[in-house]
Amino acid sequence: MAEAITFHFDVDGENFTSAGNASVQVKRKLRHLGFPADVIKRVAIAMYEGEINMVIHADGGSADVIVSPEEVKIVLADRGPGIPDVALAMKEGYSTASDSIRSLGFGAGMGLPNMKRYTDSMEIDTKLGVGTTITMTVKVA
Amino acid sequence: MKISELAEKMQLIPQSLPDPDREVEGFYAGDLLSWVMGRAQPDQAWFTIMSNVNVLAVATLVDLSAVILAEGVTLSEKDAESAREKGINVFTSDKSTYELCALAGELTR
Ligand SMILES: Nc1ncnc2c1ncn2[C@@H]1O[C@H](COP(=O)(O)OP(=O)(O)OP(=O)(O)O)[C@@H](O)[C@H]1O
Ligand SMILES: [Mg+2]
Repeated sequence: MAEAITFHFDVDGENFTSAGNASVQVKRKLRHLGFPADVIKRVAIAMYEGEINMVIHADGGSADVIVSPEEVKIVLADRGPGIPDVALAMKEGYSTASDSIRSLGFGAGMGLPNMKRYTDSMEIDTKLGVGTTITMTVKVA
Repeated sequence: MKISELAEKMQLIPQSLPDPDREVEGFYAGDLLSWVMGRAQPDQAWFTIMSNVNVLAVATLVDLSAVILAEGVTLSEKDAESAREKGINVFTSDKSTYELCALAGELTR
């Protein structure tokens, strides 16, 4: 694999039960490409959390994964409400998830912290009423 | 220990058992998915009372050896089918999460 490969996914905001599919597919693809287990795990977890957030908080969006031998880059973009206070949202335990969402096991307020913890870089670009784009990279070596 | 052996000793009822020879390396208990996602380790068996399809995504992404549903919780037949397809072992038990943890601790001491 000399050049970068890109995978694109549309993340459906309505379909709660298929949430996580894109992450599972990326996991499988990285495994076929022969990436180390540790890299695959970090990418899969970070992407899953971001994917679920787009479904729960932003009515869906898109995920692009750019894979090169040096790093895996994940770009999650939505046209949701945006995040008013990013520092607060990044805090462990902070969540605005509704009771019905919590009853599904979400809403621990650990998604964004997990994304930060499992990636080498994470950037949040958000604008109220416009949407949120999160760019994360996981280094291979 | 193999999951099938552990399941027999703990009297767990298999709901999906595509990989009975899978080795179990420790356990994790919890119901908040992103917490489990961040803390559970590959090959652990996971005790939870959550039974929606997102549980299967977490089990796959963390590479857990089994999901063990406590308190008589079960997967819907559709989700159980999906677990079989994805190669995820899922068991159910009437015992509480605490009772299951205590039993697992005793058996693996
Ligand atoms: N894409 C997004 N668009 C708008 N708001 C978001 C988005 N992602 C996160 N948020 C906000 O940030 C908060 C914290 O997100 P985080 O993923 O850490 O926790 P959570 O999704 O509420 O719960 P958990 O991830 O533990 O299930 C959310 O409750 C929500 O208010
Ligand atoms: Mg989240």
